[in-house]
Amino acid sequence: MAREGMTGSRIRERRSVAGLRQADLARMLGISASYLNLIEHNRRRIGGKLLLDIARVLDVEPTMLTEGAEAALMATLREAATQANLPAAEAERADELAGRFPGWAEVLAASHRRIASLERTVETLSDRLTHDPHLATSVHELLTTAAAIRSTAAILAEDPDLTQDWRDRFHGNLDQDSRRLADSSRALVQYLDEGQGVEDAGASPQDELEAFLTDHKFAFETLESGADTPDSIVTKATALRSNAARHMARGILQKVAEDAAQAPRAAVRRAVKELGPDPVALARRLGVPVPMVLRRLASLPELNLGLVICDRAGSLLFRKPAAGFVIPRFGSACALWPLFAALAQPGRLIRTPVVQLGRGRAAFDCVAVAETVGQPDYNSAPLLQASMLVLPAAAADSGEALEVGASCGVCPREPCPGRREPSILTGGL
Amino acid sequence: MVWRGCAFWEEAAMGKQVLLVEDEMNIVEAIRFLLSREGWDVDTHSDGASAIDVIRDRKPDLVVLDVMLPGKSGFDILEELRGDDATADLPVLMLTARGQSRDREMAEKAGVSRFMTKPFSNTEVLTAVRDLLYVHGQRT
Repeated sequence: MAREGMTGSRIRERRSVAGLRQADLARMLGISASYLNLIEHNRRRIGGKLLLDIARVLDVEPTMLTEGAEAALMATLREAATQANLPAAEAERADELAGRFPGWAEVLAASHRRIASLERTVETLSDRLTHDPHLATSVHELLTTAAAIRSTAAILAEDPDLTQDWRDRFHGNLDQDSRRLADSSRALVQYLDEGQGVEDAGASPQDELEAFLTDHKFAFETLESGADTPDSIVTKATALRSNAARHMARGILQKVAEDAAQAPRAAVRRAVKELGPDPVALARRLGVPVPMVLRRLASLPELNLGLVICDRAGSLLFRKPAAGFVIPRFGSACALWPLFAALAQPGRLIRTPVVQLGRGRAAFDCVAVAETVGQPDYNSAPLLQASMLVLPAAAADSGEALEVGASCGVCPREPCPGRREPSILTGGL
Repeated sequence: MVWRGCAFWEEAAMGKQVLLVEDEMNIVEAIRFLLSREGWDVDTHSDGASAIDVIRDRKPDLVVLDVMLPGKSGFDILEELRGDDATADLPVLMLTARGQSRDREMAEKAGVSRFMTKPFSNTEVLTAVRDLLYVHGQRT
């Protein structure tokens, strides 16, 4: 049987290792035990979302299930070699390494995965500490109050000659500061409790909006078909807790509805099938502006394309991630992104191969354009919005591609003309 | 306290002026008490925007400077002090709740004499103030 044909057997093996019964795993996946049984006996082909879900529940790489442990190990070793900038001849010896020293190869691969995971956590936490104004203010408040209490308490405890007047005064200050500390601690805990850990802070309206869009996979079939309205979707959305988040979501949904009216999804899909995801060709075929085409392409789940929209001040208004392209959650994005270059030349379509530096050198093709928004008026600078579509590309050599980062704090590029602050990847925390 | 009653330090402290620029009133009260008790003449100020003028006017021997101040940050105040010949060598002890290495780096770049993160101990503050005043006094 072909290697891929043994996926079911590998799932059964990993399930046993994880100590799960077939019925337990089936329930966790939302499928019937009999269907899982067919899969595990290699009598049903498996792929797509179900495979990813099984890999997530069993805590293994999907390739480990489809191609076996060996293939997953080789993929990780090659990735580690690429990120360490090993010469190609050396990187190709990954097979030899795994063959001669299987134990060391496993250790290296596990360390590589662990580093990647820790880097993601550090990026997220650092981003939050640096740019999340609520968290920064809360922590500052806690430390300042703690400093006042520590200093005052030490005076009271260590100075037996303190006059009664001073003693009363410091006791009053302690009482005041301890109440303040209790209030600010409670507020901070509540703030952190609203989320589910590092990846889901769930705190700011922008976070709520992102959770809402992610829940819907950035696609709104019922809105496009007319079965729902922006208001009805917003009303049902549990992720949208604040008025600000609901307001922003309504604006985005309104735009989706307008776009769908002018470029229905079925027509876009037909055109893409014929012309490929080429924004200019599609704009001509569909008779709509290019920025709308970028939004419509990003709304097709099967294409898995990223989209970033910013206003004239450079603030990111919409962030749909593409696999491997990091968009900062807080604070400013990399100034070198074609998105911002488009703001300087409204109407001009920029298409640039891009390599995003970070944990590796992820290659993309970016298409960016800026358009005027709002009504025209005399002697008034136009308000602009720029959109950038992020398409996956074959690994690019830096000769041709524009090297960019995600944001300065997590970018290894040194020196960089656009750098605003030192990087934690090169300078440490 | 470690140094109270020590004739050498009490004499050394005589007449030395410390300006505390901090907007948290209970911290101001505690530090003012601590430093005054050691014999230093302590003045306070809580606004960042006018801190430079106050320092130029009062000419303290040492400034204890908070980073997060209304009107102007401690980093900006420090940079201005170092850019002026009259205050280029003035000892500055910086207090901050932001202990990241980037902040320490920024403070060092701006020319800080000593950097301390909140919550600090009274002994740390006293030691730092004494070191800075004594070293500065010896140098000038």
